[in-house]
Amino acid sequence: MNSVGGSRFDEMLHEDGSVRSAYSDFREWYDTQDTTWLRSQDAEAERFFRRIGITFNVYGEDAGEERLIPFDMIPRIITAREWRKLTRGIEQRVRALNAFLQDLYHRQEIIKAGRLPIHFLRENEAFLTQMIGFTPPGGVYTHIVGIDLVRTGPDEFLVLEDNARTPSGVSYMLENRETMMAMFPELFTRIPVRPVSDYPRRLARSLQACAPPKFNGGAGSRPVVAVLTPGIYNSAYFEHAFLADQMGAELVEGSDLRVMDGRVQMRTTLGYKPVDVIYRRVDDNYLDPLSFNSDSVLGIAGIMDVYRSGGITIANAPGTGIADDKAIYSFMPDIVEFYTGEKPILNNVPTWRCSEADSLAYVLDNLAELVVKEVHGSGGYGMLIGPTSSKKEIAQFEAKLRARPDNYIAQPTLSLSTVPIFTKEGLAPRHVDLRPFVLVSPDGIDITPGGLTRVALKEGSLVVNSSQGGGTKDSWVLDE
Amino acid sequence: MLGRAANGVYWMARYLERAENTARLIDVGFHLALTRGNKASQEEEWKSVLITTGQDEAYLASAGDLSGAQVFNYLLRDRGNPASVLQMIENARTNARVVRTSLTNEVWEAINESWMVLRELLARPVREASLGEVLSTIRRQSTLVRGAMEGSMLRNEVFNFARIGTFVERADNTARILDVKYYVLLPSVAWVGSSLDNIQWETLLRSVAGNRAYSWLNAGTMDPRGIARFLILDGQFPRSLAFCYAKIGSNMAGLAQQYGSAMPAHEQLSQAVSWLNGLSIEEIFEGGLHEFLQSFIGKTSRLGEAIAADYRFIA
Repeated sequence: MNSVGGSRFDEMLHEDGSVRSAYSDFREWYDTQDTTWLRSQDAEAERFFRRIGITFNVYGEDAGEERLIPFDMIPRIITAREWRKLTRGIEQRVRALNAFLQDLYHRQEIIKAGRLPIHFLRENEAFLTQMIGFTPPGGVYTHIVGIDLVRTGPDEFLVLEDNARTPSGVSYMLENRETMMAMFPELFTRIPVRPVSDYPRRLARSLQACAPPKFNGGAGSRPVVAVLTPGIYNSAYFEHAFLADQMGAELVEGSDLRVMDGRVQMRTTLGYKPVDVIYRRVDDNYLDPLSFNSDSVLGIAGIMDVYRSGGITIANAPGTGIADDKAIYSFMPDIVEFYTGEKPILNNVPTWRCSEADSLAYVLDNLAELVVKEVHGSGGYGMLIGPTSSKKEIAQFEAKLRARPDNYIAQPTLSLSTVPIFTKEGLAPRHVDLRPFVLVSPDGIDITPGGLTRVALKEGSLVVNSSQGGGTKDSWVLDE
Repeated sequence: MLGRAANGVYWMARYLERAENTARLIDVGFHLALTRGNKASQEEEWKSVLITTGQDEAYLASAGDLSGAQVFNYLLRDRGNPASVLQMIENARTNARVVRTSLTNEVWEAINESWMVLRELLARPVREASLGEVLSTIRRQSTLVRGAMEGSMLRNEVFNFARIGTFVERADNTARILDVKYYVLLPSVAWVGSSLDNIQWETLLRSVAGNRAYSWLNAGTMDPRGIARFLILDGQFPRSLAFCYAKIGSNMAGLAQQYGSAMPAHEQLSQAVSWLNGLSIEEIFEGGLHEFLQSFIGKTSRLGEAIAADYRFIA
């Protein structure tokens, strides 16, 4: 299952070329469409995205240069049955993540039980000592989670990565759907697709449900929610503005906020007003120059003191990064079992921790077949994809790996499932992953049907990251 | 709303207005230069456009040659010019991005589209033959944004801050246009009454889109006092100084009403309005038009600063 060139699973077509039931209604519609018209709609979609400004900045390029994440108009379709199983697995995993965080910052039972070696905490910058002994409002650590899934077979979805800090991409999920509905309204009258558009309202409700103790909820007053952004040059600024707008929340920068009278307050035209819940899209390190990186101009001096004294809710909680660390990831099956008492419904991708001598030896022997990732890396940077790398690249990477083995994990090169994209020559299969978005509040766990499908636009490529030329698709979950 | 957002909306509107006014000035410079036969007086016209926009020194330092194509390309699109039309549209859009959550989708899309259209249009040097089309596109885009604001925004603080920005900028721009024309062309008050160049005056009106309105109001006769009165004191002409102050007044009143209280800037404005409305055109000429305009520009700029301070535009 794990090597390139092995059988790969196509989500639309059976091996004999016939259409799977998930796609049958769609294909019936598609086959009757005029190709010229489809091409013009394809071009129209790009103009639409540019006009509404769904762009992202690429670090290191000219300031002000904004790129579009390519959008592919063929939907990725998931059946109701598949989705039911996925949601059970995701819910189980997210519960375990929160229980794990609560435990790590309190009694550390999992370490006492010998299921997780303590050095994984001690040597990890994502573990914040400032959070020890503190329980966030509502007991929620990860208000928003993105679980990255890959599919390798009819019933095989694997978790590739947990995003427990500030998962991004949800605005693309929403705008992709808007675009599809604008371009092909008749598709949605023919095929029952579960809606996603209420995500911002659910997010707002979920955040408001976690008000801090000092929020004085007078008659009918609701907690004030603000989205904290690093500013317009951040690559995800569009999303920050989009979510604030859709939630009816203020979009604030660090310079708008200051600590006064034991609360975090924002500078309005009428003076300073308390904020109750901050949905922050800045990293832990930049949150509070007094507690963390003292050079940060993005954060708010003293916010951690306010947090610990119950004056503000920070979503996600600081210190959640320890749970989505790639070294911790390899323990997730154990973690799920430890806190839920159940077998994991969703499996991990097999993972070798290069910090362990046996694993390292295996990885070094098999570099050409493996994917090797930095433990703290993200965005597809700093990784080696053995099968598509040259001998020289592999040799260079090997040197880095030998120098700092505990900085790396390795995984087999998975045969990711393919989904068709629209090309000038017609439909063509490309590899995809899926990031469902999960909201956690004291009221429960809420998973938006579908999520963001990222697609590698180059034939045969396995890299779906937008920073590396990947695109996105609308993701449909069919109604029962 | 956030003080930073008020600042963003205010400057977004100011940059849009300034970009449009710069395009109008270029239009006038171009027309005037066409009516002037010799090279020296054509260059004089372009120089006065540069002075009006406050860019004469920077331009002469970098270029020196006052040929039309070089001047209008500098004003429209030169990368080295921080006040080019293209740069102002970018500034307006950057501010709009900052305050995106305060704007309606229609306004944001209109601004974003303007930026895309103009960036494309100004990607290459503009030739004389296509200048007219470029300038009218700039005006048309600016009209689209104004229309989107008018048609889609709540009449709340956001709208009021945007409108205040528009009219503070416009008041300043009209005053500067007037000042340069007087200063450069008619250096003494005595000369104003005695010598009159109809074409000069007509183009002055044209630069604030007031030639038709003025002719209509005055049955086609041109006299400098009448024109000055029209551009300074007329209550109906949307680019006159008095009109701009009246609009700032009503939008400031809107803020006071929504917020339930007036600020020091309100008092400052009401003093400036009484001063302006208390003047007749004769008094203005007696005291010196240039002195009056300098005083007006100073008051307008201090008013902008007071508004920024009262509503906490910056920390």
